[in-house]
Amino acid sequence: MELLDRIRPTGKTHEGAPPKPRKRRMRSPIELPMLLLLIGYFGFLLIGSIVSSSFGQQTVSGLSAGAAYGSLGLAIVLIYRATEVLNFAQGEMAMFSVFVCYQFNVLWGWNYWASFALTLLISFVGGFVIQRVVIRPVENANILTIVIVTIGLFFLFGGLALRIWGGVPVAFRTPLGADATQHVTIGDIVVAKSDIVTIVVALGVVFLLWLLFQFTKVGLAMRASALRPAAARLVGIRVSWMYALGWGLAAFLGALAGLLIVPPGLETTFMQPILLYAFAAAVLGGLESPIGAIVGGLVLGSMLNLLSAYIDWIGNVLRLPVALVVLLIVLLVRPAGLFGHETVEKV
Amino acid sequence: MTRPRPSIGTIIGLLALAFGVVIVVTLPFWTSEFRESQFAQVAVYFMAILSLNLLTGYTGQISLGQGAFLMIGGYTAAMLVVHSGWTGTQKLLTIPAAAGMAFVTGAIIGIPALRLRGLHVALTTFALALALPQLVAKFHHFTGGPNGQQLPFTEIPTNEYQYRMSWIVAGICFLIVWLVLRGRTGRAFRSIRDSEVAAVSSGVSLPIYKIIAFGISAAIAGAAGAVGALDTNNVSPQNYSLNLSILILVGAAIGGLGSLWGMWLGAIILEFLPLWAQDTPGLGGQAPQVVQGIALILIMFLLPGGFAGLIRQAVLFIARYRTPTAPEPAPATPPVGRV
Repeated sequence: MELLDRIRPTGKTHEGAPPKPRKRRMRSPIELPMLLLLIGYFGFLLIGSIVSSSFGQQTVSGLSAGAAYGSLGLAIVLIYRATEVLNFAQGEMAMFSVFVCYQFNVLWGWNYWASFALTLLISFVGGFVIQRVVIRPVENANILTIVIVTIGLFFLFGGLALRIWGGVPVAFRTPLGADATQHVTIGDIVVAKSDIVTIVVALGVVFLLWLLFQFTKVGLAMRASALRPAAARLVGIRVSWMYALGWGLAAFLGALAGLLIVPPGLETTFMQPILLYAFAAAVLGGLESPIGAIVGGLVLGSMLNLLSAYIDWIGNVLRLPVALVVLLIVLLVRPAGLFGHETVEKV
Repeated sequence: MTRPRPSIGTIIGLLALAFGVVIVVTLPFWTSEFRESQFAQVAVYFMAILSLNLLTGYTGQISLGQGAFLMIGGYTAAMLVVHSGWTGTQKLLTIPAAAGMAFVTGAIIGIPALRLRGLHVALTTFALALALPQLVAKFHHFTGGPNGQQLPFTEIPTNEYQYRMSWIVAGICFLIVWLVLRGRTGRAFRSIRDSEVAAVSSGVSLPIYKIIAFGISAAIAGAAGAVGALDTNNVSPQNYSLNLSILILVGAAIGGLGSLWGMWLGAIILEFLPLWAQDTPGLGGQAPQVVQGIALILIMFLLPGGFAGLIRQAVLFIARYRTPTAPEPAPATPPVGRV
């Protein structure tokens, strides 16, 4: 209820001097045992990287992959914590966005950054419209119905992309373009520039989201809609529009993640495995916490990379099954994930 | 006369069943050889949809990975034929073996699902469908790797044999599911679907019945996979991609989750929609996915009970017309909508 008081303080009109925000005790987003676990894990990565440069390189490229998983996981979390819907179409929507950018940049020959910006804008609007048109009619239906609708979207986008752009892999650049192959040396470790960009963007995005949710009125309204829809409606928040905004943001983030990790041969199915990693990352982070999704992604990505580099039996082939196992273990042992609390809380 | 008159719904149901059996039995006499193999594939889809319906429609456990169980069944059958030399009539024995293998796998998958709810089960099965094909690639010496495994060419069955075998297995599966669902177990399943809390309070054991549901569902999917593998004479990871799992869901949604009477329609649409789309100029080969995606969304909007829901409404309408004074039987809970 505290949230709602801040939107429109009791007993006053919202005109005049803005109410002084009450001092709030910041609640730790993570419980101590999980924090120690994380510190231990990242400490292990750090020490390993200092000891062995090849370990460090595997770690950094794993973290970079993980940042991408986390970004898509972030999109999933945004929708989940607002409406408790898992969007199974998130990956295909991101894939579609990437191909839209490909259409602008390569097929129509527009400037890359103009295409990039336009694609992100289209994705945002697209996500918003999808929520209004497709999800809203079943908003109050049961879980199964909503899951089936998102699966329908999954098929729809996959089919559309296949129909428009065909099944043959195409060449498309990443935001770094020709610079992507350049390397930076940190100590003994040679790191690809694109890896650093991916990690920085993912962390930057989650910081911006935190600012949005914590310090803007829209963010506050979105949190209120997620936490207490009925009460939020009473104080005049258009709850359903806030959900649509969440979908727009999620589509935006998905598109950003997709554009950052364009593989050398771009195919319409390239997001399907990444979606599984993103789900695993989101679940690892607790499915409710944006920072959790990113950290979950970083943990998952680095772990998968190290496992496949150092355990021959796993190699590249068993990455997906390992992600499945991680997912299962988290769901069974600690469904709240790294950043969740026993009592469900939407920060 | 104390014996209650069978309700109009039962009569129509039995008539429809008899009609269906007649159609299936006589079909080979009035279609071509080629169509027979297509209708054999319809039987495979039918079983797959049946298995999903048992798990999702009746027990309320959302499975997005039914294709994984088909894959287990298909590969079990194929490996028994290739490596253990189960050929000739022994081939038929691979079907129960595949079902048994899938039963065990399904029950094992069901154990984590005991602690998971709703979306988490969907997520787990989705991950299973994505991850399982990788195992085939991993153990390529045994499984034939990513390009699949051809079964021995020596005895390719005729189309008619395929057709009869597929539908006999499908009929047995249908009978089993029907028997399971009409009794105590079926009531337990439905009570879990409608409210787990209420089910537990009424003495339904969640662990036992959820595992049974997962096991039987997986066994039927496994039988479907085995039949499909024997029909097409090969197995390949591409045949069991995520798309297959989703297609099965599409078929089940079209037929109507939570009812046994519409599934044949879902199976037929799954088999013939892509072919029809290919033959239709302007749609191109890629359209089925788009059409199926849109169909899935529209069905959820307009007809959450699927085809079977439509039929049920029609039957209720007729029943009301026939006996206007009799108290109307409470409509069965529409499966999708109140899980």
